[in-house]
Amino acid sequence: MQKSLDQLTPGETGTVARVGGGGMIKRRLFDMGITPGTEITLKKTAPLGDPIEVEIRGYALSVRKSEAEAVVMNVEGGASL
Amino acid sequence: MRFALAGNPNSGKTTLFNLLTGSTAHVGNWPGVTVDRKEGTYRNKGVKASDACERIDIVDLPGIYSLSPYTPEEVVARNYILDEMGDGPDLIINIVDATNLERNLYLTTQIMESDIPVVVALNMTDVLHRNGAKIDERALSERLGVPVVAISALHAEGIGELMNRACEVAKKGRKGSSVIEDSPMAEAFGRIVDLFREKGLSHPVFRAVKAIEGDILYTGDNADVARRIEEIKHNIALRPELEGDFEAAVADARYRYITEHYKSAITRPSGKSGRSTSEKIDSVLTNKVLGLPIFFLFMFLVFHLTFAEPLMFTDRFVEDGIPSPGVLLQTWMGNFTDAVTEATAGLLESMGASDWATGLIIDGLFAGVGGVLSFLPQILMLFLFLSIMEDTGYMARAAFLMDRPLRRFGISGKAFLPLLMGFGCSVPAMMGTRTLDDEKERRLTIMLMPFFSCGAKLPIWSMFAAAIFPNNADKAVFAIYFIGIAAAIGAAIVLRGTILKGAASVFIMELPAYHWPKLRNVAANLWEKARGFIVRATTIIAGATIVIWFLSNFDFSFSMVDPNSQESIVGVLGSALVPIFRPLGFASMPDAWKAVVAIVTGLIAKEMVVSTLGVLYNPEVEGDALEDDAAAGALAAALVASFSPAAALSFMTFNLLSVPCMAAVATANAEMRSGKWLWITIGFWLLTAWVGAFIVYHATRLMGF
Repeated sequence: MQKSLDQLTPGETGTVARVGGGGMIKRRLFDMGITPGTEITLKKTAPLGDPIEVEIRGYALSVRKSEAEAVVMNVEGGASL
Repeated sequence: MRFALAGNPNSGKTTLFNLLTGSTAHVGNWPGVTVDRKEGTYRNKGVKASDACERIDIVDLPGIYSLSPYTPEEVVARNYILDEMGDGPDLIINIVDATNLERNLYLTTQIMESDIPVVVALNMTDVLHRNGAKIDERALSERLGVPVVAISALHAEGIGELMNRACEVAKKGRKGSSVIEDSPMAEAFGRIVDLFREKGLSHPVFRAVKAIEGDILYTGDNADVARRIEEIKHNIALRPELEGDFEAAVADARYRYITEHYKSAITRPSGKSGRSTSEKIDSVLTNKVLGLPIFFLFMFLVFHLTFAEPLMFTDRFVEDGIPSPGVLLQTWMGNFTDAVTEATAGLLESMGASDWATGLIIDGLFAGVGGVLSFLPQILMLFLFLSIMEDTGYMARAAFLMDRPLRRFGISGKAFLPLLMGFGCSVPAMMGTRTLDDEKERRLTIMLMPFFSCGAKLPIWSMFAAAIFPNNADKAVFAIYFIGIAAAIGAAIVLRGTILKGAASVFIMELPAYHWPKLRNVAANLWEKARGFIVRATTIIAGATIVIWFLSNFDFSFSMVDPNSQESIVGVLGSALVPIFRPLGFASMPDAWKAVVAIVTGLIAKEMVVSTLGVLYNPEVEGDALEDDAAAGALAAALVASFSPAAALSFMTFNLLSVPCMAAVATANAEMRSGKWLWITIGFWLLTAWVGAFIVYHATRLMGF
C-alpha cells in the first residue's frame, strides 16, 4: 500500500514511489537522495513531534513533516491503493 | 597551479583545507556575494622549486550537495568550476566521505561533467575499516575514470600521495563525462552535447546536462540553440513516475548509476549500517524526553563556564569558590593589559611627556583598548563552545530539536544555528544565514540577530552586573539574554505578520555522523575570530577611543576643558540628545548625557560603550589613576550613583537591541543586497531598542526595583 513519508511509524521502512511537490523543495529532496525506488526508514520524530529523522542511503536526514508529505512511499502490508 | 577543493558539507573538507594550507590560509569574499572564499598555499617539498607543482594555491569552495542553481553557495561553486571569473582551477580535488559514499558521489557525478581534471580524495576510509567494511578504490577509480586516493584528513594520511596524483593529472587535460550517457536519455543528450561542441562552448557536457535540466544559464545567448534543445527534449520519453520533470530525471539517473555501479565498491559486514555509534548517541541527545533538557543543560553549561564568577558549588569547599575558566582568563588578560599600561606610563614619565600626551595615551588609548581586550578570553570561550558544537555535529541536532518551537514564530530550525552564532558575533552569524534558502527568512534572521547578545556586548553586561548587581551578577546577565530572546520572539511575530509575511522555509537537513572535534579546525576558527577582534580593537576602536577622548577633553573652540565636563564637545552633543532617552529612565540624572554619549558611540561598536563609560565616568583618582582596583571601584561607584537598578537594566536593554556595530551594518547591507532593506533594518533596530528599554524600565519599576 501507499502512504506519504510522514505517515510512516518509527522503525517502518518503505520505498519511494514518487516525489510530488515542486520547484526547489522537490529538487532538494532529489539532491539528498530521495529518488523513486529508494529505501527509506523512519527513525524517529523530534521531541516536539516535528521534524522527522529518516535513514536513507546510509545516512541520517531530517525533514519537516510538511515536506515529507510530498514523498509517496510503497510500504508492505495491506492492499495497494 | 591552482586547485579547487569541492565536496559535501561534513565531508572533512575544512579539515583537509586546514591541513593543506596551514598558516597560509586567509578568508575573503567571492565577488558579488558574501560567501566566504578561503584560500591558501600548499608547498610540495618533494619536488624541485622549478616544478609547477612545488607551489599550489588551494581554493576552498563552499560545502554543497549539488551544483543546482538554488543557493548562492552552489552558484558560486559552479561559476568557479566553469571559470566564469577567469581565474578557474587547474584541477578539482573532490573530497568524498567514504562512510556516506552514495550521497557524496552524487556531487562527484556533477563535477565529472566539467572538462577540468579531477582527483577524488576518499576521506574517512579509516572509519570505514574500523567498522569492518572494505572499499575497492581501484574499482571506483576505473569506474569514474579519474584517480581515487584514500586519505584520512583527520590523521593526515595519504595527503602526499593525493597531491602527487593531483599534480600528475592536472598537467594533462580531461574531457567531461556524464552518467546521462548511460541512461535512457543518452541519445538525445549526445545530440545536445554536439550542439554545444559545434558552437565551440567550453564544458559542453556540463552545459548539456544543465540544458536538459532546463537551466537556461547554459543554453547561452543563442536563441536557435535554445529552440533546438527544446525540440530534442520534446522527444525524450521519461519514466511515468518522473511526471515529465527533467530535473528529477537527471537526479534519478545519477543515483541509479551510483547505486548500480559504485555501491559494489564497498563491502560491509552484514547487518551493520556503519551509523551505529551516532545512532546510539542520538538515542540520548535527540531522545523524545531527554533531548530538550540536555540541550538546555548544554546551553547553561556553556554560559556558566564562560561567565560564572564562582563555579556552582565550589564556594562550599574553597573560600569565594573557583572562578569559571572564562572569568579566570579574563582576570589574567586584565592583569596583562594593566601591566602594559603601567609600564608605558612609567616610560612616558621618565621621558618627561606632557600631561596632555600622557592623558591621551594612558587615559584615552590604553584605557579604551585595554578594557576591550580584557574581554577577549570570554568571547573566545563562547566561540570555542560554538566551534565544538559545530565540529561534532551537535549543531544540526540543535536545529532538529528547535525547529518545531521556532517555526511557530516563522523561523526554521536551520536559522537556529546562525542565531546561536549571534551569541558570539553578529557578523559571522549574519553571513551564516546564507544556509537559509528563503530570502524573507534570511532578512528576518538578520533583523533578529542583534537581540542575541553578542560577545562584544558582554563587557557592558559584566560591568553593570558587577557594579549595580554585585550579589546577583549572573542573574542580571541571564536576564539580559532572556530579554533579548523575548524581544526576538516578539519581533519575529510582528515582522512575519507585517513586512515579512509568510511561513518558515523548507527544512531538509543532514544529521551528520558525530565526530570528535578536530583541534586544528577549532583552533583555526578561534584564531580567525581572535585576530578579527584584535584588529578591530587596535584600529577602529583605538581610533574611536582617541576621538572620544579628544571630544571629551576639548570644547567647540578646540581649547582644552575639564575632562568629561558638560562644556566639552561630547557633553554638548550628549545633552542635546538626552530628551529622547528621558522616558527610558537612565537619562534623568544631571550627568545623563554621559550615558547617551555611550549609547551613540555604541552604534559604532559595542566595545565602545564600556570604554566610553570608562573615559566619561572615570573620576580623577588623585595621583593613583593607575591603581586598577581603585579605578574600577571608583567607576563602579560612579555608576551606582548614576543608575538605579531599573535604569541600569533599561540602559543595558537599549544597547542589547539597538544597532550592533558598523561591521554588522556593513554585513547586513551585503547580505540583504538592498539599500531600502538596510534602512528598514536600522530603523527597526533603533525603534525596538527604544520600545524594549521603555518596557523593561517600567516593568522593573512596577516589580519594585
